[in-house]
Amino acid sequence: MRFRRPLILAAAALTVFAVGGCTSDKPSTTTAADTGAGAAQTAAASTAPASGTGEQSKFFVQADYDAQLAMRSQTAEGPADKPWEQAIAPQMVSTAEYKKDGPYHLCFSNAAVDNPWRQVGWKTMQAEVALHKEISELTALDAEGKDDKQISDISELQAKGCDALIVSPNTTATLTPAVKGACGKVPVIVFDRGVETDCPVTFIKPIGGYAFGADAAEFLVEKVPAGGKILALRISPGVDVLETRWSAAKVAFDASGLQVVGVEFTDGDAAKAKGIVNDYIQRHGKLDGVWMDSGATSVAVAEAFEDAGMPVPPMTGEDQQDFLRKWKDDGLTAVAPTYPTYQWRTPIIAALKILKGEEVPKTWNLPQPKITAENLDRYLQPNMPPLHYALCGCEGMPGFPEKWGGK
Amino acid sequence: MRRALPILVVLAVLLAAIAIVNPFFIEPAGFLSFVRRAAPLVILAAGQYLVIVAGEFDLSVGSLVTVEVVVAARLIDGDEAATWPVLALLIVLGLVVGLVNGAVTTLLRVPSFITTLGMMLVLSGAVFLWTGGAPRGALSQAFRMFGRQTGWAVLILVVVAVAAVVLMRANFGRTLIAVGDNERAAALSGVRVTRVRIIAFTLSGLSAAVAGILLGGFAGVSAQVGQGLEFQAITAVVLGGVVLGGGRGTVVAAMAGAFTLEALFTLLNLYGVSGALKFTVQGVILIAAVAAGAIRLPFLDAPKVKGDAHAVS
Repeated sequence: MRFRRPLILAAAALTVFAVGGCTSDKPSTTTAADTGAGAAQTAAASTAPASGTGEQSKFFVQADYDAQLAMRSQTAEGPADKPWEQAIAPQMVSTAEYKKDGPYHLCFSNAAVDNPWRQVGWKTMQAEVALHKEISELTALDAEGKDDKQISDISELQAKGCDALIVSPNTTATLTPAVKGACGKVPVIVFDRGVETDCPVTFIKPIGGYAFGADAAEFLVEKVPAGGKILALRISPGVDVLETRWSAAKVAFDASGLQVVGVEFTDGDAAKAKGIVNDYIQRHGKLDGVWMDSGATSVAVAEAFEDAGMPVPPMTGEDQQDFLRKWKDDGLTAVAPTYPTYQWRTPIIAALKILKGEEVPKTWNLPQPKITAENLDRYLQPNMPPLHYALCGCEGMPGFPEKWGGK
Repeated sequence: MRRALPILVVLAVLLAAIAIVNPFFIEPAGFLSFVRRAAPLVILAAGQYLVIVAGEFDLSVGSLVTVEVVVAARLIDGDEAATWPVLALLIVLGLVVGLVNGAVTTLLRVPSFITTLGMMLVLSGAVFLWTGGAPRGALSQAFRMFGRQTGWAVLILVVVAVAAVVLMRANFGRTLIAVGDNERAAALSGVRVTRVRIIAFTLSGLSAAVAGILLGGFAGVSAQVGQGLEFQAITAVVLGGVVLGGGRGTVVAAMAGAFTLEALFTLLNLYGVSGALKFTVQGVILIAAVAAGAIRLPFLDAPKVKGDAHAVS
């Protein structure tokens, strides 16, 4: 008899969902969560809310967006075969004040090594260190994805007599004071995510998230006929480097004739992504394109269409080998923007330049290539593990491919 | 069966609601794909039921699923020939982890909440240490067949469900419920309490191994695959009206609870409710179901609810 109440409760809950469902049966579900504050600054970008992309992200900054999109067509300066040494439109700064004699002790505060991208990057950075005899030691601390640990890591490293400090911040705002504190004592090099201060000698990054998101979205706008149904898959909300990717895609979709039928979060989980795609195929009969803010679950998405007995529509991914292989084997219509792991080489190179008193760019914008059907063969490496990132720039380094898990 | 009725009614209502929004759902292909997707959770719920009805918890199943998938990928590494030996190894691994949980809980008298919480941390730490957060290797096509091909997944689910029902109807099932209902009474009437509980944990480990094989097959290698599954399984069992603390509820209701939870998630998705709300819904259900189970209106209470538990001896 005790089951009678759960029945009533469940029935009541069901009614609520059903009623709620009728009033919110629009696909603009997921981005609306925390947008209020940013609405004003982004009004210009959200002219066509009817396309189903929701409100613009509060992380969207029009000037950065414009700058990044412009950088895509600019030619980078530097050696053509070493993109990790190239810089787009560099504004050089003098580093004479940091000049000192070697050997050098470098320190590195790493946000985390908890995903394949950071794994590949970290191996690449260590290999770069091994290339330079003038580096006597690299002391690295892993913050394990925790802001508080990284703050104490940074102060701990200052006591170790480092000649230069490299920081890959876990989050932007929280790490800013810690980086500021270190700036006065040693030359600081920041890469990957930024900080809200210009005190580091140089900030190294690929062009950025807007360019990534726009590259992927523009491909779909080109390949999918007007009115086509697009599903956007994101990892999680509120992460600046991912928000920029989506917000640039949103701008592109809003200006197109495409219909974004859903924006969903996958948590980077393949099973979840596959389930979501499955649901959307059932709900809409078909999908004409899938936009993704990262490639971790791209293969699962392609498989969802296969398992439903449908051709895989134009879709986007990243430079992970499993997706490139799937793309090649099944002849997908795809594009893979990248956030190159070769950027992990640059901080070491920059540190040595600074300690030798050579000029470095204040903001070191690395080129950010995209993989297309034309250059796919160049990046597909069958001997590398499925989660290896093709743009590691590590092919010529000692220990390749074994150190990166290849055969 | 009568006890499973309320949750079956809720399930039927939810399925009907899904069918209204998405007519494809009633077609065999659509429904089977739903069953396939629910299969891992249903199997986990069956395993979790055995532990819960005996008065314990198993919080380690989620990370055990992750371990199974990551180990499988690393050992198979794309080699078709390695599929069957590795499958056997995964089953053994699940059984061993369950056995350890059971032995620590019963023989060392560590509360199962702590034992399995510790096991969860040990396993997720071990996975992280071994993979560094980036799983290596790849699963073979033969391995993936079980989770990817609807027929296989449904077949495995049916086998597990039938086995669970048969097990609960057999002597073992009665003693298990007796142990959960009143450990001392069961012991006095000759039930080997320790052994029964260890078997329950071992079978829960086995269910995690099978669920891991299905999930790995469904979507491939991922270090997040098992995240939160233990709570989904517990929610499902509770939703089926199984009382935490043991002694009450049927395995059919627990598995129906898992289907209901999956149906609810599907429905939310069909209505375009954000994925973030999934956790909220899960939490509300968990609390509501337990609260509803605890409130017992005297005039509705049938006098002989406890009867079968004591009939064992």
